[in-house]
Amino acid sequence: MAVCIEVIAKENYPFYIRSTPTENELKFHCMVHTSLDVVDEKISAMAKALVDQRELYQDLLYPTEDYKVYGYLTNSKVKFVMVVDSSNTALRDNEIRSMFRKLHNSYMDVVQPLLQPGGLHPVQGL
Amino acid sequence: MDASEEPLPPVIYTMENKPIVTCAGDQNLFTSVYPTLSQQLPREPMEWRRSYGRAPKMIHLESNFVQFKEELLPKEGNKALLTFPFLHIYWTECCDTEVYKATVKDDLTKWQNVLKAHSSVDWLIVIVENDAKKKNKTNILPRTSIVDKIRNDFCNKQSDRCVVLSDPLKDSSRTQESWNAFLTKLRTLLLMSFTKNLGKFEDDMRTLREKRTEPGWSFCEYFMVQEELAFVFEMLQQFEDALVQYDELDALFSQYVVNFGAGDGANWLTFFCQPVKSWNGLILRKPIDMEKRESIQRREATLLDLRSYLFSRQCTLLLFLQRPWEVAQRALELLHNCVQELKLLEVSVPPGALDCWVFLSCLEVLQRIEGCCDRAQIDSNIAHTVGLWSYATEKLKSLGYLCGLVSEKGPNSEDLNRTVDLLAGLGAERPETANTAQSPYKKLKEALSSVEAFEKHYLDLSHATIEMYTSIGRIRSAKFVGKDLAEFYMRKKAPQKAEIYLQGALKNYLAEGWALPITHTRKQLAECQKHLGQIENYLQTSSLLASDHHLTEEERKHFCQEILDFASQPSDNPGHKIVLPMQSFAQLRDLHFDPSNAVVHVGGVLCIEITMYSQMPVPVHVEQIVVNVHFSIEKNSYRKTAEWLTKHKTSNGIINFPPETAPFPVSQNSLPALELYEMFERSPSDNSLNTTGIICRNVHMLLRRQESSSSLEMPSGVALEEGAHVLRCSHVTLEPGANQITFRTQAKEPGTYTLRQLCASVGSVWFVLPHIYPIVQYDVYSQEPQLHVEPLADSLLAGIPQKVKFTVTTGHYTIKNGDSLQLSNAEAMLILCQAESRAMVYSNTRGEVPTTQARGGRPPCPALCGCEEQSSDAALRIQSSDKVTSISLPVAPAYHVIEFELEVLSLPSAPALGGESDMLGMAEPHRKHKDKQKTGHCMVTTDHKVSIDCPWSIYSTVIALTFSVPFRTTHALLSSGTRPSTASSQCSSSGNSSGQKSLPLLCIAGSLLDFPQLLRNSCLSP
Repeated sequence: MAVCIEVIAKENYPFYIRSTPTENELKFHCMVHTSLDVVDEKISAMAKALVDQRELYQDLLYPTEDYKVYGYLTNSKVKFVMVVDSSNTALRDNEIRSMFRKLHNSYMDVVQPLLQPGGLHPVQGL
Repeated sequence: MDASEEPLPPVIYTMENKPIVTCAGDQNLFTSVYPTLSQQLPREPMEWRRSYGRAPKMIHLESNFVQFKEELLPKEGNKALLTFPFLHIYWTECCDTEVYKATVKDDLTKWQNVLKAHSSVDWLIVIVENDAKKKNKTNILPRTSIVDKIRNDFCNKQSDRCVVLSDPLKDSSRTQESWNAFLTKLRTLLLMSFTKNLGKFEDDMRTLREKRTEPGWSFCEYFMVQEELAFVFEMLQQFEDALVQYDELDALFSQYVVNFGAGDGANWLTFFCQPVKSWNGLILRKPIDMEKRESIQRREATLLDLRSYLFSRQCTLLLFLQRPWEVAQRALELLHNCVQELKLLEVSVPPGALDCWVFLSCLEVLQRIEGCCDRAQIDSNIAHTVGLWSYATEKLKSLGYLCGLVSEKGPNSEDLNRTVDLLAGLGAERPETANTAQSPYKKLKEALSSVEAFEKHYLDLSHATIEMYTSIGRIRSAKFVGKDLAEFYMRKKAPQKAEIYLQGALKNYLAEGWALPITHTRKQLAECQKHLGQIENYLQTSSLLASDHHLTEEERKHFCQEILDFASQPSDNPGHKIVLPMQSFAQLRDLHFDPSNAVVHVGGVLCIEITMYSQMPVPVHVEQIVVNVHFSIEKNSYRKTAEWLTKHKTSNGIINFPPETAPFPVSQNSLPALELYEMFERSPSDNSLNTTGIICRNVHMLLRRQESSSSLEMPSGVALEEGAHVLRCSHVTLEPGANQITFRTQAKEPGTYTLRQLCASVGSVWFVLPHIYPIVQYDVYSQEPQLHVEPLADSLLAGIPQKVKFTVTTGHYTIKNGDSLQLSNAEAMLILCQAESRAMVYSNTRGEVPTTQARGGRPPCPALCGCEEQSSDAALRIQSSDKVTSISLPVAPAYHVIEFELEVLSLPSAPALGGESDMLGMAEPHRKHKDKQKTGHCMVTTDHKVSIDCPWSIYSTVIALTFSVPFRTTHALLSSGTRPSTASSQCSSSGNSSGQKSLPLLCIAGSLLDFPQLLRNSCLSP
């Protein structure tokens, strides 16, 4: 179980944030926001390499003492970021990937197919 | 290394380790060939084929040649690989059968027996041939015989275990050849031995690992075994393989800790759960930390000891592999992991101990990396190391807070005790860093020694980290560290230094619309601004916070109260205003005009009702709300005529303002869409098109400076416009949520009024909305008085009373008592006075009434667009004299319409003799050729011109009424011979009135012209 999930627009503003427990919300927000630095780096590295981006999963972005931040990037550059408690050792790479895939599917259900990704407004529930 | 007599040097785990090869037999002989041997052996690489499908490797072999001793041979169950002799060589240069039989053979047998006893099968016998020696001896046997003898005696089907080295010290091709053959053999045998012995070792090791579920199994023991393998690989310079051994140990241990967390505890793990007593950080400066290794061997190591040792080994190998950046990355993982593992194992750790350990370790790793890379390399790999810098900064910060080094007063006795305890856990500085000025140990000790020293170290670290993050473009991370730094400055009561960092962080969050961090940073900024006495900024931040829904109600009220408290303070400078942006205080939602087309005549009353949505958590009393209005005349524009305005302005009168509350910044590629409009400019005189073009209405949104468009924050310097024209509404209490505010204004000068700014004043605080957008305008027009006379029917018929409607548009003129219209009577047109004439007076302030449009023929005039609901009825006095008919108008205010009807009668006139009369009031019968052409009918009309004197003008207005003559009778007496007097009467004229002279007869010709149409007209007219 992730402690925080965020869906972030191409322009890096958050669409959707859900975190448990809520008392750490600010910390999670800052953490996820900071981790966007790494996502940006990855995006620009991809652009430089001029390769088709096939792998959506972006791996561990930002490890901290207590939490691990994982990233996922859709083709339209919408970012999914997930914060996981470091002590939760049951979550391996595969679990994280499958969680991201599920999240991506749910996201696809919510956004309309013809909606311009940038024009999306925040949704309060997925 | 050398053929020293020392058989077993103490185990030195260094790069200098080489596989051991023992030498038996003729030591002097060996000593003589040793230099060449040790030089030549590593020269050629050899392919090492590996077991378990591992890829073969080219390997340069080196050996440590030691004198053979029985003690060197490993006993059964020995796990030491480093001291394991991989090959045993017997050296002899015997070429004499006698000597061989007498001594060498016995010696060899003894040697072989010892080897057999230890089941060692890796041996080689080297026979060195020397031509010079051979020549000296006369009784030599053919050389093959000794070799053959030895092969026969010892090699037993392994003839390759005996080699001949010819003239090893000569410089000849034969010598070279011989050496090559020997070296190849030696290498092959060495590798065979490695493969066999390492394979066996690995198998044993695996067997040991498989026993890990058994109760007596010890990780430390196993650790030592696998590490031995790692050492051998390291010795063989197979660093990758050596690293794999440590990584496997690492993974195994981690798995145990995870399992322990899951409730599956292993006994041996409890050793590692001892309370942490020492936190002196990683040691990476020597290849092997023997102290820690021994503690593992003795099973006394704590978790931190084990982890530190393991990492130091990994680090060493990674550096051999030229992968310093991986060291940095792994170090960060390790540090995080250790903290987690201690938590998971519930190891008791004194507060701050881990912070010390992490801090020291971070710096140690960084210094180690710096020690083996040049500046350029380091600079281009900041991305790898900056995480450690940041982590160290974070840890030092928390140590500072823990030890009371950040508070204003400095540490108290409790803090000091804690500091002493922490320093005690560091122990003494290790000898290898004792001479380093900037060693992590010294830094930490110094930083904890005093408030000033801490500040220096913390600032150094923070600035270095921020600089590094910035240099690699990780701005968000840099700002995040800056935010911590700001917090530090605030604690140190240095708000002036904190401000820039808070502003930076805030701007960064605002740019991407991260609401919660924005709120938090703003709260910090508010405190900072309060301390700095930046009243304006503080109030602005407070207003933003008061309207921030991410704060609790209490907090919002607090910030709102701060503003109100300030506003109610008596100001030293009464005229001084604090101007703040309106947005956070209240938002303009919609605006409603009354009249709804936003057009009003001079002197008329215009109401503007606005909806303001107060963002404040409590009701706020506002002294006044003011709308600054910009006035422009634009007399020449066709668009500004009363006529155009009433016709074309949108009439629902409600303007909605887009809410700008969304905390989602408009990104640069999603700027608002262009709002383009066509523009036509017509000439004022003839209304012809002068210019045309396209204008963009929202230029100000599109062309603002990008960097200052911090989408959520208004630039603080909001200019307050001071205009002559303002709409004002005083003493309003804005309740939280929507509020209706009505402005009432009396229109004065005609022109266009644009609503520019909205200001709300609370004491000396003014909340200003600098631009009202979309553009809101209202128009004031002025109109000249007008008189309009028109028939009620489509055409007036001559000869019978007809109704004519008089419409007086008062415009700016006020009809006073006694004002009248003076009509100069036309002779042939009578104005029939009725006893009960009534006039209707309408106000024309309302919008256009649809029915008036249905009646064709009216010019579009606002004055005529009277609304029946404001009508009144007044008696009309009409006095007629010979020449003049005077109509007294009812009293009516400006911009009203008076309507009344009069009956007129066009009298048939006498036939015109000698041409048509042009005199005023005379009928003018003539043919309307135009009509004729159009309709094909013949129509005779007669125009009556009436001159009317209006009270508002010194000039007379001439009005022409056209009467149609339905028919005409002509009485003609046609004489023959005599000339009678001709009497003719005519009431209508037709086309054939002349040329009937031939027959004298009385003819009353009634020519019915177009009668059906006339009838229809008169029946249909209202």
